[in-house]
Amino acid sequence: MSTLEIKDLYVSIVTEQGSKQILKGVSLTINTGETHAIMGPNGSGKSTLASTIAGHPRYTVDSGSITLDGEDVLAMSVDERARAGLFLAMQYPVEVPGVTMTNFLRTAKTALDGKAPSLRHWTKDVKQAMSQLRIDADFAQRNVNEGFSGGEKKRVEILQLELFRPRFAILDETDSGLDVDALKVVSEGVNREHAKGEMGTLLITHYTRILRYIKPDFVHVFVDGRIAEEGGPELADRLEEEGYDRFAAATPAVEA
Amino acid sequence: MAEATKMNHEASTTGPAGAAADEKARIGAPSSAPAAIAGFSEEGESLSELNTGSIQHGLKKHSHGNAPVVPEASRGERLKSYNLSDFAPLTGREEDWRFTPLNRLRGLHTEPLTGTGPSVQVSGASNIQVETVGGSDARIGSAATPEDRISAAAWAAADGATVVTIPANTVADAEVTVTVLGADKAPAAQHLIIEAGAFSTAVVVLDHSGSVTLAQNIEIVVGDGAQLTVVSVQEWDDDAVHVSSQQAKIGRDARFKHVVVSLGGDLVRLTPSSVFTAPGAEVEMYGLYFADAGQHLEQRLLVDHAVPNCKSRVTYKGALQGQGAHTVWVGDVLIRKEAEGTDTYEVNRNLLLTDGTRSDSVPNLEIETGLIEGAGHASATGRFDDEHLFYLMARGIPEQDARRLVVRGFLTEVIQQIRVPALEERLALALENELAAGNL
Repeated sequence: MSTLEIKDLYVSIVTEQGSKQILKGVSLTINTGETHAIMGPNGSGKSTLASTIAGHPRYTVDSGSITLDGEDVLAMSVDERARAGLFLAMQYPVEVPGVTMTNFLRTAKTALDGKAPSLRHWTKDVKQAMSQLRIDADFAQRNVNEGFSGGEKKRVEILQLELFRPRFAILDETDSGLDVDALKVVSEGVNREHAKGEMGTLLITHYTRILRYIKPDFVHVFVDGRIAEEGGPELADRLEEEGYDRFAAATPAVEA
Repeated sequence: MAEATKMNHEASTTGPAGAAADEKARIGAPSSAPAAIAGFSEEGESLSELNTGSIQHGLKKHSHGNAPVVPEASRGERLKSYNLSDFAPLTGREEDWRFTPLNRLRGLHTEPLTGTGPSVQVSGASNIQVETVGGSDARIGSAATPEDRISAAAWAAADGATVVTIPANTVADAEVTVTVLGADKAPAAQHLIIEAGAFSTAVVVLDHSGSVTLAQNIEIVVGDGAQLTVVSVQEWDDDAVHVSSQQAKIGRDARFKHVVVSLGGDLVRLTPSSVFTAPGAEVEMYGLYFADAGQHLEQRLLVDHAVPNCKSRVTYKGALQGQGAHTVWVGDVLIRKEAEGTDTYEVNRNLLLTDGTRSDSVPNLEIETGLIEGAGHASATGRFDDEHLFYLMARGIPEQDARRLVVRGFLTEVIQQIRVPALEERLALALENELAAGNL
């Protein structure tokens, strides 16, 4: 059992107008086997949290800590964080021209495990995972994300989740831009991995609809860089009915 | 009544591009020290009055500003002649020589080209013809006319030519390899002719290695309906100087693919051109160049759409690493008034891997008719894309491996176009060695 602990995290970015604080004291603890949903209006800092955990250089941690079983995540480079077991399913996966999916997946798996995967099993695993996510077999020979539709890119993120088997998965608006069928397929992938009982999940979303397929244990409402309210799955239901308006009214500083 | 449009998007970039401002956002890019190649001004103009490459002269701005040079009004009007005396001695101010460090040509533009030159050996396919012919052979001049002084000098100095012929209606039973091996650094001339007969199919690899000071003319005749691929590989020794005109004449409904791979040599300057002579033909021109410290790799292309309904695609990609690595890409596309239905696109991409590198990229498009399918060009030069690096590193891949993966990915697109497995493998390995040499 592992624990990812975020304590009183303050994060800023540098803009043309100077430094801008995005996260203003976020605390959150996720254990193996738990699914936490983070919901909130646009600009509330949800994606900043995801990118900060993964170590994107655009974000500066001003204070606070992130630890994984007590290890200081903030002291790790981007690749070290991944090898420690953190996985970020990106909101906008980039295209990497010239690098085939096959080559990329094998290179990443080798780096994550510290040794090359057994070729026979690996090929079989990749094929099976692709077919479960209804990704066409010829994608393996295509360049990473190149020319993929938005939905295809998201499926490929979940494909990596299933193949890399992280200790903690952070899904950054994986549901946005997906039609209902794709949403189901992607959710099934996350649930399959989650059911193995060795992963904690942080699900970041703007909408409640993905929560019909992926059941959260905890729901946190993000407003203006802080957690404004926390609760169980019933909080998501309330949000679906009421929207974010009552939070916006309570905190006039929110920028949409 | 010709409707003429001229587009020129010139860009010079020295590494690292715009690095200082976004220091924060970099994952592992080279340091942001100001970088330039000694002797080159920011405008990418001549090095000096004589293009000598000396630091003192080079810092002078607009060094050709006071020169009595009239720029050519159209690429199509450039002087073509078989007579050396028609071309004035080079000064470095000429539009087509302004990026070339003449002082490193080792006399190729001034001395008689009397060296023995590299040896030529042709191997591979058994159902083709290879001949060595004298200077009076009628095939000499069938596809090319010199467009610059060095090409004209080589034309005059070459003692005959090596002619590779793929007979009409013949599919070469293997790829043809023309091994050009240099062992002598005296300035020399060489003339090669590749003639693909009507409806023939072949792949011809020009494999350059060793040490030379070489002015080369290569004529390529692509017969009606022929499908010809010519790959020119420059894996010269570090001290080689190679100036090569590679002109192709494209017949009706022909398919021509030209691939340049320049890795070795001190100074390599290629001028590949494709001239359409009849409708329905398609040309693809690819290039890959990898310049290390001190290397000058230059390519100046021309695609001449002189007839209707032809299609051309140009893709050149380069990587640069080390102090003084310099690449030049100039892509001229000419769509003449008669060339209705033309479809053309050219693209150049450069990746600056370290400080101290410089890449010049100049796409030119001249359009004399509006009745075309499409015409476009693009050029981009930059450092590593930090978002690519982040994506790969976020999957556990260490920075150095991620960088290599990206560079490999960036350049192998061109290698994959060769479709000769053994050569593709060899070049992929050569690329790995380049990457390893740069500590990437």
